[in-house]
Amino acid sequence: MNFTQISLEALRAMGMNKLRTSLTMLGIIIGVGAVVMMLAIGESVRADINQRIASMGSNLFIIFPGSQTSSGGVRVGRGGMQNLTEGDALALQNLENVDYVAPVIQRGFQVQSGFSNWNTMVYGVTPDFFAIKAWDTSSGSLFGDMEIRSISRVAVIGQSVATNLFGDFDPIGQTIRIQNRPFEVIGVLADKGSDLGGSDQDDSIYIPMSTARQQVIRQWFPGSVNYIMVQAQSARTMADVKYDLTQTLRVRHRIREDQEDDFTVRDLSAIAEAAAGIATGLTLLLGAIGSISLLVGGIGIMNIMLVSVTERTREIGIRMALGANRRDVLLQFLTEAVVICVCGGAIGVAVAYLGTLAVSNFSPLKVGMSTSGIVLAFGFAAAIGVFFGFYPAKRAAGLKPVEALRYE
Amino acid sequence: MAVAAAALPAHSPLLRLKGVRKSYVTGDIETPVLKGIDLEIGRGEFVAIMGQSGSGKSTLMNILGCLDTPTSGEYSLDGQEVSTLSDDDLARVRNRTIGFVFQGFNLLKRMPLIDNVGLPLLYAGQDRAHARSRAQRRLEQTGLGPFAFRLPNQISGGQQQRVAIARALVNDPPLILADEPTGNLDTQTSVEIMNLFTELNQSQGITMLLVTHEPDVARYAKRLVRLKDGLVTYDGPVKDAHL
Repeated sequence: MNFTQISLEALRAMGMNKLRTSLTMLGIIIGVGAVVMMLAIGESVRADINQRIASMGSNLFIIFPGSQTSSGGVRVGRGGMQNLTEGDALALQNLENVDYVAPVIQRGFQVQSGFSNWNTMVYGVTPDFFAIKAWDTSSGSLFGDMEIRSISRVAVIGQSVATNLFGDFDPIGQTIRIQNRPFEVIGVLADKGSDLGGSDQDDSIYIPMSTARQQVIRQWFPGSVNYIMVQAQSARTMADVKYDLTQTLRVRHRIREDQEDDFTVRDLSAIAEAAAGIATGLTLLLGAIGSISLLVGGIGIMNIMLVSVTERTREIGIRMALGANRRDVLLQFLTEAVVICVCGGAIGVAVAYLGTLAVSNFSPLKVGMSTSGIVLAFGFAAAIGVFFGFYPAKRAAGLKPVEALRYE
Repeated sequence: MAVAAAALPAHSPLLRLKGVRKSYVTGDIETPVLKGIDLEIGRGEFVAIMGQSGSGKSTLMNILGCLDTPTSGEYSLDGQEVSTLSDDDLARVRNRTIGFVFQGFNLLKRMPLIDNVGLPLLYAGQDRAHARSRAQRRLEQTGLGPFAFRLPNQISGGQQQRVAIARALVNDPPLILADEPTGNLDTQTSVEIMNLFTELNQSQGITMLLVTHEPDVARYAKRLVRLKDGLVTYDGPVKDAHL
């Protein structure tokens, strides 16, 4: 018998007991549906986390003033002193393997527009800040070195600020007032969502460092900054850069050998790695749960095929009397199992598609099905058909024609 | 019969059994069922095999039909020694050489008649279209052409047995093996079926081997082989036997 013929026979056999076939198939539908959907959800969570990590900046160090454990009696937490300066930032800029250095000063303000007012965080930054974060605007533009030099009163605002201050109006070219000083809005940042710590990255305003320092955020110590971001050229140079910048700052701060740092260097790649690890773990976990249901479906197939072989012993005997050899019988039952699995797989993929649409609609996750996930689940379903169909088929093929014909 | 036999080599019997024994082993006990059968059946013969239950006629039938192999002894069918063949080779011999007709018809229930009849052709490796056209022709010869796409349970018992005969003939085998072919049929239908066998034997020279316990059915044959306790107790013309 050729393949078409065997498949037709399998379809006919499946039609013989529609309820049983559909219940068996249901196991595979649920299994494949679960695998495809779980993988899709896991994948979208991973993509979401990766995007958040990328928006945080990659290969990044953040240097805070103060140290977590300082000797000499007084213990000051990070950020508790104002001993980091723009001069430190400039010094770090000259280190090897460093791409960008961005000092940041920040303070919360009540900000007004012609329409409304909003309490938000105002950051004084240099253009390198946007380079590190790899941020861009959704409308308007960012400021550059020229605005820094000319101490321009321009502002780039986050999406949340734009919504809260201007509603549906286009903020570009509008004026906002910070500390009663007018700033022209020149850009609105693209939507970022919340960062890994959960705070809304879109709820912030960025103005040139020079303007901020002179007119808005008066520091107690001249030139001090809240923190400095340093981006290494690559993940491989992270360790070197960390050592270099620590040494540079210790020298600049005149710290003796036996004293601890008066600053804290935080390495964001560790956080990023942990988050990526969690995402991978989550995908694996979800995939494993889906796979278990697929396995259960496969065992269901095996069960039903065994019953079917017993029930159809006489049919097998007749077929053997008419000239079916072992291979014919084996392939007949194997094909039946595979056809059930492949049909179940196809329906399962369709169900998973509807499921991902539902999840995308009712949750903030944007779930898309990956082709690889579909192919994987489909191949897995077919493999399950072969694996769990083989033993019953083997049993059918091993029947003795005489005994099979005598079976009532 | 004489006409058909004359056309074929005289010294080449279709099947020959020599000292065929078959015993079944259950636990430590060996039960001999066939105790040394010698039998030769020529091409174009019409032979009835009779015997009471327990005489070994079913076992002999299974061995003749290549559904089972003897414990010892030789069995050559159509010039080929089959007692030592593998399961798959036996399947091929059954497919090419033997047409089976069973008491219970043994049609596949959910399959249209035309596909039931064509099934041996599919196992012989032919394609579906070809199998169907040949099956259709066979069905028409047995007068069931219009019913080709019905299912077995939609026609009468006599018609089902005709379909089974059409299926047995579809691959043009030299031998038809009929096991109690009229056991499930009424007298009128039995006569029709036996007449069909007689006609196939006489006009097409197909060798007929009939296993039955009904003397009325055995009378259609020319030769009778009677079994008792695993041995042949009579082998001769039907008309000389005490039925």
